[in-house]
Amino acid sequence: MKSLAKLYMERTELAGLVLLIVLAATFQILSDGNFLSYANLRNIASVFPEVALMAIGVTLLMICGEFDLSVGSVFALMPMTMAVSMTSGAPFGLAMVLGFAVCVAIGFINGYISLKFDIPSFITTLGMLFIARSLTVVVSGGFPPLLSADIPTWMFTGFVGPGNFFRMSFLWLTLIAVLASILLSKTNFGNWIKATGGFYDAAASMGIPVNRVKIICFIICSILAGFAGLIQVLRFGSPLPSLGEGMELQAVAAAVIGGTLLRGGIGTVMGGIIGVLLIRVIDNGLVLVGVDANWFKFAIGFLMIFAVVANSWVSAQAKKIKLEVGS
Amino acid sequence: MTDFIVSCRNLDKWYSGVHALNNVSLDICPGETVGLVGDNGAGKSTLTQLLSGVHTPDAGEIIISGKKVSIRKPRDAMDLGIETIYQYNSMVPDMSIARNLFMGREPMTFSLGGFGLIDIKKMREESIGAIADVDLHLRSPDALVGELSGGQRQGVAIARAMHFRSQVLILDEPTNHLSVKETNKVIGFVKGLSDQGVTGIFISHNMHQVFECCDRIVVMARGEIVMDKQIGDTSIDEVHSIL
Repeated sequence: MKSLAKLYMERTELAGLVLLIVLAATFQILSDGNFLSYANLRNIASVFPEVALMAIGVTLLMICGEFDLSVGSVFALMPMTMAVSMTSGAPFGLAMVLGFAVCVAIGFINGYISLKFDIPSFITTLGMLFIARSLTVVVSGGFPPLLSADIPTWMFTGFVGPGNFFRMSFLWLTLIAVLASILLSKTNFGNWIKATGGFYDAAASMGIPVNRVKIICFIICSILAGFAGLIQVLRFGSPLPSLGEGMELQAVAAAVIGGTLLRGGIGTVMGGIIGVLLIRVIDNGLVLVGVDANWFKFAIGFLMIFAVVANSWVSAQAKKIKLEVGS
Repeated sequence: MTDFIVSCRNLDKWYSGVHALNNVSLDICPGETVGLVGDNGAGKSTLTQLLSGVHTPDAGEIIISGKKVSIRKPRDAMDLGIETIYQYNSMVPDMSIARNLFMGREPMTFSLGGFGLIDIKKMREESIGAIADVDLHLRSPDALVGELSGGQRQGVAIARAMHFRSQVLILDEPTNHLSVKETNKVIGFVKGLSDQGVTGIFISHNMHQVFECCDRIVVMARGEIVMDKQIGDTSIDEVHSIL
């Protein structure tokens, strides 16, 4: 029991992984083998990279002790910025730079205002959720602009791999997930992110530029949300102003289900991705086994509360172990 | 003229209308251990915070080893060889001992513009050495700091300060929240500072501790230094009468 609790504390994403395997097995049996079929897995793999990219950013930011609710709106604003600049004649490359510049600006503003005025980022980014959504609708002029034909769509959503199993978005997700994991566990900046979220005063007293660390995480979070939005728009073929509504909550739920603590300091990139996979598997599995799809949100809510309760229970257990060692 | 390692000249600091430090000058010789005592709000923490870069003085200057310096942030102080050990102990509980020891000063295998890959092997090995150097016995540098007792955490903080070859070590009430046994260990360490050529500034409420491990006592009240004597030239009673 002791070593199990310790293992869970050190590898918080493990519980999610176990649950994922259990759920996949259950759905496989209940759906008469349809769940793990080629077509169904291909379907899951082609959709989930979008939320997963967003969840990576949200996870990193949450580990350093902050929170971003504006990602769902940035998800729509970034591709809308691109589409509108392309309709006014900008080439794809320039439009993409402009789109990402908007993401960087929003991330910076989120971070700067939260830190400068000592406002909970929950509030700042809730405001930004409305602002960015409104801007998306305003710049679109109410009509979704047509995507021009010279976009290299294949680079983001084209099918690749054996039997065209994956979309390119899956490869982008893999690449970014690996880079983000390395950033978090192998670089000095990753150490600073964990230290800043784990104990802000201690990190500051040891000379870590805590506010800069947080602002950079806000910016990374916005950029990944925007990139995820770009991928979804290219998959759909049209930049609807309403894209990504409610997605921020899924990304936060994924991070929490994956073992990231809301107060910061603990979490892994892999955990966030497993969280997204769990949500997608439940979404897809419920449909396959013929359960009323309206139960989906119930299941996510239940899973998230369950994950948080399990987390705090295990931390309490780990504290008991510590006391035993100390006495 | 003696070469002082730390010289504070006419330091002033206000906190929203409160004159926390009023024209304070203090010279400290190399290898000396100075006990800094005074009531809450007397200005002792403020004085050391100016040295460790937590705050900046409103007026006056700080001279380290004969050179006038500007300490604007904790990193500046560290680069000058001034390390601080705080009462609340500056350790992140959810991180390993090794990662805490090198927090903000990680050894790197590769870096570009200050960012890069941590040399995890080197970090672990040097942590083992640093912990052994302060006579602390811990199972592994990978253990989480949150699993340690208060005294062990303070031991790791001391190991961190010593590993980075501090010249001046500020100990801001390091024995608060510690057991008697652990307190004695910290006091023993402070006593041994001068043998290692380290200058110590020891803040405490406990007069007995100061008389046990310091060479000199500086008493502060209302933002000013009201007494400054060698330990041998004064007594606990005299200090109490001033306070």
